[in-house]
This record gives sequence, C-alpha cells and structure tokens, in this order.
Amino acid sequence: MKVSIYRYNPETDREPYMKEYEVDTGGKDLMVLDVLNLVKEQDDSMGYRRSCREGVCGSDGMNINGKNGLACITPLSATAPGVLEGKKALILRPLPGLPVIRDLVVDMTMFYNQYEKVQPYLQNNTPVPAIERLQSPEDREKIDGLYECILCACCSTSCPSFWWNPDKFLGPAALLQSYRFLADSRDQATDERLGKLDDPFSLFRCRGIMNCVSVCPKGLNPTRAIGHIREMLLERAV
Amino acid sequence: MVTSVTSLGRNGLSDWLVQRVSAVLLAIYTLVVLGWLIAQGEVTYEAWSGFMGCLVMQIANTFMIVAVGAHAWVGLWTVTTDYLTNRQIGAAGTVVRLIAQLVIALLTLVYVLWGLVIIWGGA
Repeated sequence: MKVSIYRYNPETDREPYMKEYEVDTGGKDLMVLDVLNLVKEQDDSMGYRRSCREGVCGSDGMNINGKNGLACITPLSATAPGVLEGKKALILRPLPGLPVIRDLVVDMTMFYNQYEKVQPYLQNNTPVPAIERLQSPEDREKIDGLYECILCACCSTSCPSFWWNPDKFLGPAALLQSYRFLADSRDQATDERLGKLDDPFSLFRCRGIMNCVSVCPKGLNPTRAIGHIREMLLERAV
Repeated sequence: MVTSVTSLGRNGLSDWLVQRVSAVLLAIYTLVVLGWLIAQGEVTYEAWSGFMGCLVMQIANTFMIVAVGAHAWVGLWTVTTDYLTNRQIGAAGTVVRLIAQLVIALLTLVYVLWGLVIIWGGA
C-alpha cells in the first residue's frame, strides 16, 4: 500500500513536503503505528513519537487521512474508505495547529501551558484524613468520562478556536480537566476555578462544533463538560 | 483569565447570555412576522403599514433592532478576534482588528439609531 507522510527537518529542509512510501502489509488490517514501524525500517530518518502502543500513553496522536487519532489504536480499516484495500494512500500529518519540531513530532508546549492553567490537581485545605478522603459512589460517578483523558491533544488540535487562539482559549482537553476537578466532591476551589473561566476567551471561545468529541480516541465528550461549566458559571452569576 | 476591553460586556458569560437571549428574541420575532404573513394571505401596503405601526409591533421592533445590534456585535467581535490577529495576519493584526471593530461598532450603532428613528419617527 501507498503511505504519504509529512516530512520536515528544520536543519536540512527549507519547507515541509509529503514523502511517499510503498509498504507491504500482506493485506492485513494493521494499526497505523504498525505501518509507521514498517516505514521506519525503510527510512530511519522519519521521526514520530510512540511509547505504550496500546492507546494509554497518548504519544502517537497524529492527523490520519484528515482526522486526528492515535496511530496505535487506529486500524487501517478505520482511516478512510479504500486505504485498507490499497486503493487510496494512507496520509499521515502532524497534529494541526502546533509547531512542528520534526516530521510527525510537534511541540506540545502551548497545549501543556493551557493544561497547567486549570490547576489540574485536587485543592482541599481541610486536615488530611488518616487514610483517604472518602467519596460516595454517587459523587465518584460524577468524574466518570472526565478522568480518563490521556492528554494526547487530538481534541484541542482539531478545534479551530484553539488554532486561532491557542494562548487564550484553553481548548477542550484543558476544559475537560477543569470540569474533572469542578465536579469532584473533594475539591474546594470551585469558586476560584470558575472565577478564572468567565472571560470571553478561556472557555467561551468554544462554539460547540464538537470536533473534539468526534476525534477523542477515548470516547470522551469535552463539549458536554464545557456545557456543564457554563451552567455552573451561569448559576454562580445569575 | 484573559481580559478584553472591546467585548460587549467585557465578560464571556454576559456576552454569551446576550447572544443566546437575542437569538431567542429574534426567533420569536421571525415566527410572529411569518405567522402574520401566512395568516394575511395577500399583503397590501395598508395592511403591512397598519401591522408594523401598531404599538405592540413598535415595541417588538425596538426589541428586534436592539437584539440584532447586540447579536451582530458579539458575533463579529468573535470573528475579528479569531481572524484579525497578529498570529493570523502578522504584525499589523492589532491595528487592523481595532479599526475593523471601530467600523463595525459605528455601523451597528448607526443602524440601531436609524432603525429606532424609522420605528418611532412616525413618518
């Protein structure tokens, strides 16, 4: 099958280009990461991130035939019609909107800066109990669908609002994490957290187009989390 | 917290609320006018003028024109802060954005005032 990969080495290339490779998959429905490994055997100058190779670490987020996803858990049959059969090329590009360091490797600094802003840790000033801070099963359920985020950046880098204002709009990943702590019964910083979100950019730049939901490899729903934060802000202010 | 002195309420929540409430008002207004047009069958100048000239419609039209102004400003402010920035168009971004916002704000104000004169001017 044909594989077309975005190549850019700032030390040797004046500008990025797409390089084509021919890979023999034996007709198997391999994962995109397996195909990348086969390409790497042909051309070891091609760079990409990978680690756990099972959708847990979030290292190999990339744009696969126009849609962001994790290479390790995206089978060829799920990329685009005709790719598995070899009728169409597999097209791999880096995550959009972030600066490219080299080939498929992007600089995630802007993404992590926004993650840091939402203070993604439990804030509770009451004395620490001997064993642990208890939570009712009902309260624990409220953070299901939130804590599972692996910070692969597939959602934020598919969001036009994040492309245009990556320094001001927190992006779906950071906002999902923000709600993860707002919804946590053990966290006491609700008011301070909400106070940092009611400006015109941090949260309200979300226009609800739900690209984040359609690409999340863990099946999470940042748009819904953003909606919940909006409701909390409204309740607090009205 | 990202501050902005040019947004309508200088606060994301109030801008968001203004946009949603104005959208609901405009939807209701559109349905009422459409309903009248369908119920009327043949629309003559006298019927239209009488409908728009009654006090209830004068008040509704005032709400409508203010809602259009507010809705347009929040929407266009968002568009200018997305696309007319240093990141998108280079170093002149801030100046271009400010000029565009000024033109949009003045035009919106003119349209709203002009609309009010038409509604209440009695001409």
